[in-house]
Formats: sequence, C-alpha cells, structure tokens
Amino acid sequence: MEEDEPANGNEDESVEGGHHGARKASHLIGGRTERESDEAQKEENCLGIHRLAPLGWRTQIYGCHPDRSTACAARRQPAVDLSFHDLQSIGGNEFYLSPRVVADSMTSIRIKPRPTCGWGRYPVVTSVVQRARWLDDLRLSLDRQVTLAQGRLRSYGDAGLAPSVVSTLELDRFLHFEPGTGVLEVEAGITLDQILRFVVPRGWFLPVTPGTKHPTIGGCVAADVHGKNHHVDGSLVSHVETLTIVTAEGDTIRCDRSEYADLFWSCFGGMGLTGFVYSVRMQLLAIASDRIEVVTRRTRDLEETCDILQSTQTQHRYSVAWLDILHRRRRGRGLVMLGDHTQGTSMNAHGPRTIRFPALGPRLFARPVLQAGNAAYYRRQLRRMRHSKVHYDPYFYPLDGLRDWNRAYGRPGFLQYQFVVPFAGGLDCMRAFLDRICHTTTCTLAVLKTFGDGQTGPLGFPQPGWTLALDFCQTPKSIRALQDATSLITDAGGRLYLAKDAIMRAEHFADMYPRAQEFLAIKRRYDPGNRLRSALSDRLGIT
Amino acid sequence: MRPAPASRALILGARSVIAQSLAHQFAAKGVALVLAARQSEQLTPVAADLRLRYGVDVDLLEFDALDLDSHASLADRVRQEAGPWELVICVVGCLPDQQLARQDGNIAEQVLATNFTAVAVCLGHLANDLEARREGGMICLTSVAGDRGRQSNYIYGAAKGGLNLFLQGLRNRLAPAGVHVLTVKPGFVDTPMTQGLEGLFLVASPEKVARDVLVAWRKGRDVLYTPWFWRWILAIIRLIPESIFKRLSL
Repeated sequence: MEEDEPANGNEDESVEGGHHGARKASHLIGGRTERESDEAQKEENCLGIHRLAPLGWRTQIYGCHPDRSTACAARRQPAVDLSFHDLQSIGGNEFYLSPRVVADSMTSIRIKPRPTCGWGRYPVVTSVVQRARWLDDLRLSLDRQVTLAQGRLRSYGDAGLAPSVVSTLELDRFLHFEPGTGVLEVEAGITLDQILRFVVPRGWFLPVTPGTKHPTIGGCVAADVHGKNHHVDGSLVSHVETLTIVTAEGDTIRCDRSEYADLFWSCFGGMGLTGFVYSVRMQLLAIASDRIEVVTRRTRDLEETCDILQSTQTQHRYSVAWLDILHRRRRGRGLVMLGDHTQGTSMNAHGPRTIRFPALGPRLFARPVLQAGNAAYYRRQLRRMRHSKVHYDPYFYPLDGLRDWNRAYGRPGFLQYQFVVPFAGGLDCMRAFLDRICHTTTCTLAVLKTFGDGQTGPLGFPQPGWTLALDFCQTPKSIRALQDATSLITDAGGRLYLAKDAIMRAEHFADMYPRAQEFLAIKRRYDPGNRLRSALSDRLGIT
Repeated sequence: MRPAPASRALILGARSVIAQSLAHQFAAKGVALVLAARQSEQLTPVAADLRLRYGVDVDLLEFDALDLDSHASLADRVRQEAGPWELVICVVGCLPDQQLARQDGNIAEQVLATNFTAVAVCLGHLANDLEARREGGMICLTSVAGDRGRQSNYIYGAAKGGLNLFLQGLRNRLAPAGVHVLTVKPGFVDTPMTQGLEGLFLVASPEKVARDVLVAWRKGRDVLYTPWFWRWILAIIRLIPESIFKRLSL
C-alpha cells in the first residue's frame, strides 16, 4: 500500500496567509451558507473524504498546523479531528481548550487521507485512518465520522475499506488467559501471529485458523473465518464465548449466546457492519506438540480429489486440496493434504519470517509459466501417498513464508474468488464454472475444502458443501468473466465469501444470502442511523 | 559501570506509546512495573497484557506530572502500593504546535511546565530517595530538539534542553551514590505525538527506541541518541556557527 501515491496531496498548503485562513476558517464555525455546504459536499464526494465534526476556530487552531488549516479551510476540507474530552464552550459554536487537556491535545490526530486497499490490492479507496489505543477511542471515533473499524486489511477485496476508518492495530493486548482451561480473551487488534506466539508454548492452539496468520482477531470475527477443519470444528463462531462490541450508538455491549444474542451472531460474518469489536473471548484447542502429521495424497482428476476429501472427512481434523486447474485433460488433479495434531517433543511457536517479496513490479504470471509451475508442484510428490510430520507453520501458513507476496501480481493486484456449493450437484457446478472461466482468465491458485454443519450467523458464509478458492490476476476481462459466471453459483444454491469478494453484484448478494433481511433488521436495531458502512456494504446494498 | 538489574521499575507517563514499548522490553527481562499516569484506570488492559505475557507484577498508580505538590510523597506511595523499586523511567512530555505556543502564553507555559518543571521537580524528589538508598537508576526521555534551538521548535526544545542539563547535573551528583542516570534523546518516533506533522523524516518505531534504551541501560551508557544516526546529525547541526545558523530555516 505504501507504494501508492497519495491521491490528494496537499502541495499548495503554504500558499495563503494566516489572516485569510482565519477568515475562511470562521465559515466552519457555523455561519456556512447553503451554497458553500453544497460545494463542500461536492468536494467531499470527489475526494472521498467525509467531513469531520464541525470545529470551532479555536479548537481548529489548537489541533493542527495553521498552514495546513489555512489550505484546508480554503478547500473546505477539514484537516483535523479532535478528540477532546473537555472542550470549554466560550459562547456560540466556539470552543476553548482547558489548559488541562492541552497535553492531551498532542494526541489529537492530524491525518492526511491515503490510498488503502485490501490484500488483493483491488480496489483502492482513499481513506482517513485514525488509530484507536483505548476502548474509549473506538467510541470517540464515532463522533469523528468513522464508519468502520479496520485491522490488518487481510481481507482480499473491499470489506475493510471506507473513506474514514479507525485502525484497531494498537489494541493488541491480551486481557485474560486461563492456562488450565485454555480460555483466552484478547483485544480486537491482536493478530493470530501474536496469539500463536503466546499460546503455542503454553500447549494451546487456535481452534480455527485461516490460511494466513496475519489478520487481526477482530477481522476474523467480522468474516467468521473458517479453516481446514470446518467439517469437524465449524467456523470461528463455534469457539467464541463472548464479544465486547462498541455499537454505532456508542454503547459498549458485552454479548454472548444468551445476552444480546442477536448482536453476537450478527457480528460473525457481519463484516464489521454491526459494531466495532473491542474484545474476543474464546476457547482454545489443546495440543500435545507443535507438530502436524500430514498425509499427502496425489489425485488424478477433480472427481478423485473430491472423493478423497469426502471419504476422509471423519478420519482427519484438517483437510485441504491444492488443485491444478490449468491442466488441459485432467483439470482438477492435485494434492490432498490431510493433517492432525500429533505427539512430539517440541512445543515451539513459529519463527520470524525472513524472505520478503522485494518490490511492486510487473505482473509475474503468464499461463505457460503457471502451467509449468503447477506441473512441477504436482510432480513434487511421486508417490500416490506420503506421510510426513511438519511444524504447524508450513502446514497452515505456506504463503506466509514469503512476505508481501501479493506484490507478484503487480500494481493491478489480484482477485480471490471463493464460493461454496452444496455437495449435491456441487461437483458438476464446479466443473461448469471452471470450464467457463478457464479460457478467459489467468487462474494462479486453486484450493478446495469441504464444509460441514457448523453454526453460522445471519451473514455467515459456511454451509455444508464444497468450497473452492481461486486466485486470478485482476483484469477487466477476468472481472467480467467472474461476474457473469457467478450466476452458476447462485443457481446451484451456493454463495460467495464476502471477505474475499471485490466484484460481486448486488443482485447476486440477495440471492446468495437469504438471511440478509434478518441481518439488516439486527443492524438497524443497533445502528439505527446506518452509520457503519464500508465500500463492500455500499457496493452490495447492505444498508 | 553497568547498573545492577532492577527488580521493579516506575514508569512515569505510562500512557504514551514509547512508555508502553519500554514496559514490554523491561517486563520481558522480568522487571516488575508500576505504571503511573493520569487516568491510570485506562491502563488496565495494558497491565493485564504485561502480566500475561511476561508473568511480572504490574501495578497502576494515579500520577499527574503537573501536580507538583504530590511529587514529594511519590517514592513512598510507590513503596506502599507496589513494593520496593529501583528504577525510574520518565516518559512525561508533550509536543504542541510551535505556532500556537508562540501566540498563546498559556500553551507556552504548559509546554515548559510539562516538559521541564514537572519532570525536574519529580525526578528531584525521586533522586533524593535513590541517593539515600544508594541504589537504582533513572532513565529519562528528552529529545534531539533539546540540542540546539531552532525556530520551528524552540519552546519545546528549550524545555528538553533544560532537562538535558538537569539530568547532566543529576548524573554528576548521583554517580558517587552509585545511581546511574541515562538520558535518552530520540529523533522522530511514530507515535500520536508526531502523527501528521509536516517534514518528518527517518521516523523510528517505538519498539526500536525501546530496544535501544534497554541495551543502553544494560551497558551503562550516559546519553543515548536513538536511532544512532541522530548523534551525528546533531553533531553537525551543533557545529554550524550561530552567525550562519540564525539565517537557516531549520
């Protein structure tokens, strides 16, 4: 993200003098005419910046560099947002800061909007990012027109993007841990990486983990992440006992399956639209060592891959299949990796990552290269079946070994497209889907898993069936092809994963998520003003 | 001389980001902590986190640097509420906008009081306590801004520069008693204090600063510039003759 140039630099900041600035800024106090506010509205829209709370001149001058406020006032673009607890009113709309909080005013945040994007680097949204350090900051950020909490932006599409967000990355503390029972409570901004480093040496493991250890636990709740063990353990919601949520009304609510149950369930899969997650209390999984016993089975085609995945469901906790879908005759051949926690002598967390993808360059994928790469990976294993014992890190997080690997797709980025289709007719649907998109798109990675009967919230993604995740280079052609092929999924009774989606059309969303109305009813209960929004919710009409 | 390892450290201004990074570094070495700050109850999650991660004692203490009268009893208060302590880590400070401080005496006063007066009074009292016990040490954060007065930042710089002198004197006075004083001069650090400021460069992470501080403390250094290159940047800035310096816009 840091490679993107800021879309709206404030290069002409120091042009105007201070007096002029004072006069202009006085408009912000409250005497703004309708025409001006119309103009301001227009400018906001085109800049993608939400107006921050109207500020008195005194507060504004306290909070930011006068040069900056001059330029910003001239553009009717507020530069500051202030989080003062005790503004003293000195009449009208003017405020004065009490000396007591001048020290605090240093924590006021002066931020430029910057381009932000998800892990897929598509789409890009210009965004003001404020940082929350305390529970109170989440509540206060609501007064500053924040519409979404943001974590590490490991969702692929636009689920974590909005023009004004509050970053939870500094809320990264462990709140409670019971070594005997494995109950852990953490703040929302802590990453799975940090949790694993803490719990693995103590003999515990995440009950559910996605294919990367870098998202925050708050983001995992919002997406109700699943792992390779969904057929056994369900998704994250099955292991979380309690959430602390800051709602759009500014209330801090502790919810679980009995108290505020509607809020609890809707937060899982709710993509952050029901409130800011502050803390998560969950039950960890006990492990005997850091090792995973892996059985890797080579398959001839998609049918065999599916057969093996389905027939081994009861025998292994973890199962996942890598597919070679670029092979012309035997599309869907691949490697099925079945895993279980096992006995061993070591109980070590993973080490630091070492290799980093050097820079954002040209896109590195062409079809012949990918075909050769897939064939090589497929032939890595010569035997039909292989047993091995590996550390959990390479088994669960193979791609984390290369930092910033999304740079390999170049500036346009990539799309991940994950859908689930019921077991009945699912195989035919996947075949038809692959036939349709394989010619027009460049698919770089395909991963197949199964879902069992797990609990879900109203917007939860998992349902019993096959779930196929595909990575594509982002081109207008591939977006069109995928959008058109989505009807195959809806016709088969399947749905797309919102955490990975960047391209779905609103009409498809309604077909896929029959409980969307139920979700909206809950959202309106806790967010009557519809303040919580994201690029995703705007695109799909979840309002 | 290397200072003896401390069993408990008192962190003043514990709500700051750098203070919390320092807390992690010292707690990881098994040092118990007393986190002193205004609205200290806000630090409850921080204390829980430190206890869980490192298994050390962490206590919270309500402390207002600007309440000068309360400082005389601070050393005893810490002893009563937490236990014996040896190390003081002072991260109290604020950085307002220079333009505002120039125009408004209240702000200028606030800056000088927070960054210099409050810290000097408080450390003075604590120094008496340490000197009497002939043990322990002090780490105090000042700033590279205190090395030379520049038009863009001289009020803050004056307070921090004064604090540098104060700490020099304190070091001189406490050395015979075996109490070590470390002056830390960070450059730009990525914290709310600097967020959104113009003209930032070579910004360091709070973790990097905290790591440097721990290493310098264990090696018994007197003055630490962090990151290291600021020592040489400031050395050059200090060498510029005043007749030329006054015409520069730094």
